[in-house]
Amino acid sequence: MSYLDSPGGGLRSWLTSTDHKRVGVLYLILMLTLFWVGVGIGFTMRLKHLSAGNFLISAQTYNALFTVHGVIMIFMFVIPGLPAVFGNFFMPILIGSRDVAFPRINLLSWYFFAVGSVLAILSLFTGNGPPDTGWTFYVPFSIRTSTNVTLAVFAAFILGMSSILTGLNFITTIHRLRAPGMTWHRMPLFVWAIYSTAWIQILATPIIGITLVLVMIERFFNVGVFDPGKGGDPLLYQHLFWIYSHPAVYIMIVPAMGVVSEIIPTFARKSIFGYKAIAYSSLAIAAFGSLVWAHHMFTSGMSDTAGLVFSLLTFIVAVPSAIKVFNWTATLYKGSIEMAPPMLYALTFIFLFAIGGLTGVIQGALGLNVHLHDTYWIVGHFHYVMFGGTGFAFFAALLYWFPKMFGRMYNPKPMYVAWAHMFVGFNLLYFTFLVMGTMGMPRRYYAHLPQFHAAHLIATVGSWILVAGLMILFGNFVAALFKGDQAEDNPWGGLTLEWKLSSPPPAENFAEIPTITAGPYSYNPTRTG
Amino acid sequence: MPFLAQASSVSVQTDRLFLIALSICVVFLLLVTFFIIYFCIRYSRKRHPEPVDVEGHALLEVIWTVVPLALFLVMFYYGWTNFSTMRHPPPDALAVQVTARQWAWSFKYPNGKQTDQLYVALGRPVKLVTQSLDVIHGLFIPAFRVKIDVVPGKHNYVWFIPWLLGDFDIQCTVICGVSHSAMLSKVHVLPEADFKAWYFSDEAVSRLAPIIPPKGQGSAIVSLLSVKACLACHSVDGSPSVGPTLKGLFKSRQTVFVDGGERVVVADEEFLKRVILRPEDELVKGYPPIMPPSVLSKSELEEVVSYIESLGPR
Repeated sequence: MSYLDSPGGGLRSWLTSTDHKRVGVLYLILMLTLFWVGVGIGFTMRLKHLSAGNFLISAQTYNALFTVHGVIMIFMFVIPGLPAVFGNFFMPILIGSRDVAFPRINLLSWYFFAVGSVLAILSLFTGNGPPDTGWTFYVPFSIRTSTNVTLAVFAAFILGMSSILTGLNFITTIHRLRAPGMTWHRMPLFVWAIYSTAWIQILATPIIGITLVLVMIERFFNVGVFDPGKGGDPLLYQHLFWIYSHPAVYIMIVPAMGVVSEIIPTFARKSIFGYKAIAYSSLAIAAFGSLVWAHHMFTSGMSDTAGLVFSLLTFIVAVPSAIKVFNWTATLYKGSIEMAPPMLYALTFIFLFAIGGLTGVIQGALGLNVHLHDTYWIVGHFHYVMFGGTGFAFFAALLYWFPKMFGRMYNPKPMYVAWAHMFVGFNLLYFTFLVMGTMGMPRRYYAHLPQFHAAHLIATVGSWILVAGLMILFGNFVAALFKGDQAEDNPWGGLTLEWKLSSPPPAENFAEIPTITAGPYSYNPTRTG
Repeated sequence: MPFLAQASSVSVQTDRLFLIALSICVVFLLLVTFFIIYFCIRYSRKRHPEPVDVEGHALLEVIWTVVPLALFLVMFYYGWTNFSTMRHPPPDALAVQVTARQWAWSFKYPNGKQTDQLYVALGRPVKLVTQSLDVIHGLFIPAFRVKIDVVPGKHNYVWFIPWLLGDFDIQCTVICGVSHSAMLSKVHVLPEADFKAWYFSDEAVSRLAPIIPPKGQGSAIVSLLSVKACLACHSVDGSPSVGPTLKGLFKSRQTVFVDGGERVVVADEEFLKRVILRPEDELVKGYPPIMPPSVLSKSELEEVVSYIESLGPR
């Protein structure tokens, strides 16, 4: 009996379920809902730029929209997306376990997430209107503005609790609940990625919690921690904020890299190239990624020496990402490649993430950062990483694991059509952002100067094509959910443990815990090159 | 940078670095993309049904760790030297004090001249020393490739040597509230003789049109309102803005918050002077509580109030 039916399919049995797979699906439903809210907001902002001046919405509304777009997409989709949905659903299965180490805490994490999301949405409709500071909540503006920053910040705080508990749960699970014979070097690379991510989650998230509490304290009691008039320093806030929020970028991207590392060997029918290099580069990214936060502050007036050090570390953290890209590419060499939808999306991830990473390298150079900082270049860069990277990896993961999760197979053809739309729309939109940034178009601008108008129009048209692609993609998933054929247990010919279970998996995963005797991608080749 | 004038000495250096960094990155991208596409075609399941297992290659791992690292370090080094140039102004640079506030720029010269747009001489180094009266702003002159955050409690600076005659945009780059995208100004690069003539003239404020085009008569007083940033929030032609319009304000009835309660007052001369000097004491209902205390001298205050009177009751 599959986890979907046992112990019953009623709403209550879902909301009180401690089954890691059900918790994963609960996250998926909530996050996709929030994702579409974020898409709608982004789409509206692009419509505004059909005109250079006043159009469609007011400046105050526009400022609220980019704040809420950032808060939803970052705190409620991109950061928790892959670990909370696919980490929850597949990590225990991939290591041969029946559940996570603390199933009840796992459910509690989801409730924290749900409460945080509800509070964030509430902040839009209560108090003096939605926050208008940008998702970064920079002081002193976030302390002075009369909009509903306090509730939004508190929502982010609660979401942080959820993230910490999930991280704790995953680390314990990976250490304690691996099946016999599942040594560290036999773990699938997605598990390595989740493991590295979990460490960032528990080490860095408390800092954003403390920082956000400080913002609330300042708003209520005006203590002056960040107020230069009282001996405080606004830059202290930026340091505290980015000590979490930069590593958070790696919480977003490392699991995405893990997903791609699963998909490519399956569809190339061979071992991943450089297993250890990929596994340890995840750890290296987690470690070095924690030491580069101040590259968000090169123009803030911090010391030039700090700029020197943080720029150097930024270039170093780019190396492990480059290593992964080369290893994925090399994995294709002499494979037997099937261009199924998950593979196409995973390879697209590599291309878009490479652009995101390389633009990141360019803006990591101090002198170039001075010009590019706070322009559309930055907006383009992080959409390439976050949407082109994590977003496409999320879609790839969904395409890869959907038959396993829901026991239904989707029609692959519309997925290629969706891909074509999304690929064209995405690049039209965000590559134009990069160009606009070099021309000096500042981010978070309601009105824009005439020299940027043509580019804004191109980007807006791109956003239409992109959203059309997204609709085809998700429309096809929904259709499959209701009308899809029964999925095979192993539709892609994968070797990792989830493909040895029925589709959808039974409630406790394994009737008998398997004993592992080989690495995750041993395709028993005819000969070794 | 494409589509953007190289109007300062450092811009050439920055652009050269950008071109080098971009070329390295494009080569990387093309290389990876080429191999992905080539492998996918060459080793597709149709052409290559039996995979050959390759678990890794130690030498390759070393090569693709060391080569990117070396190239990255080159980019890092030139990024640093480029930045270092920007951080070391020559001692003879003309020091202009830049004051940022919601949502206006003001520039003060060593001789006391104050403007809402920046005037500089071609080929003469200028150092802009910034201060903020409220939140963080960002001073960005794209054509000069310079940018610095304007942080309360700090005096961050930038410097440049203007290389091209003309007018270039100044934009705020740190979100600072509802009119963030209207927090614009211009830098005017003049031939040195013209700059000197302007600099030593008696003109108290800018000789060109204020950045926010005045809709109404009395250009001298409107220039004053522009320089003091009043026009960032208050219109003079009745159009709605962040704060109440000045047209028809005189003798109008306003609801204000005083000591926690509401009160209806008539905006007479006394009231206008009180609220301009100490806006937070009597906040007008329906507008955000963001007006900073007065930056007007006593005589300027008289001028402004009589100008509001001249705009008349509704």
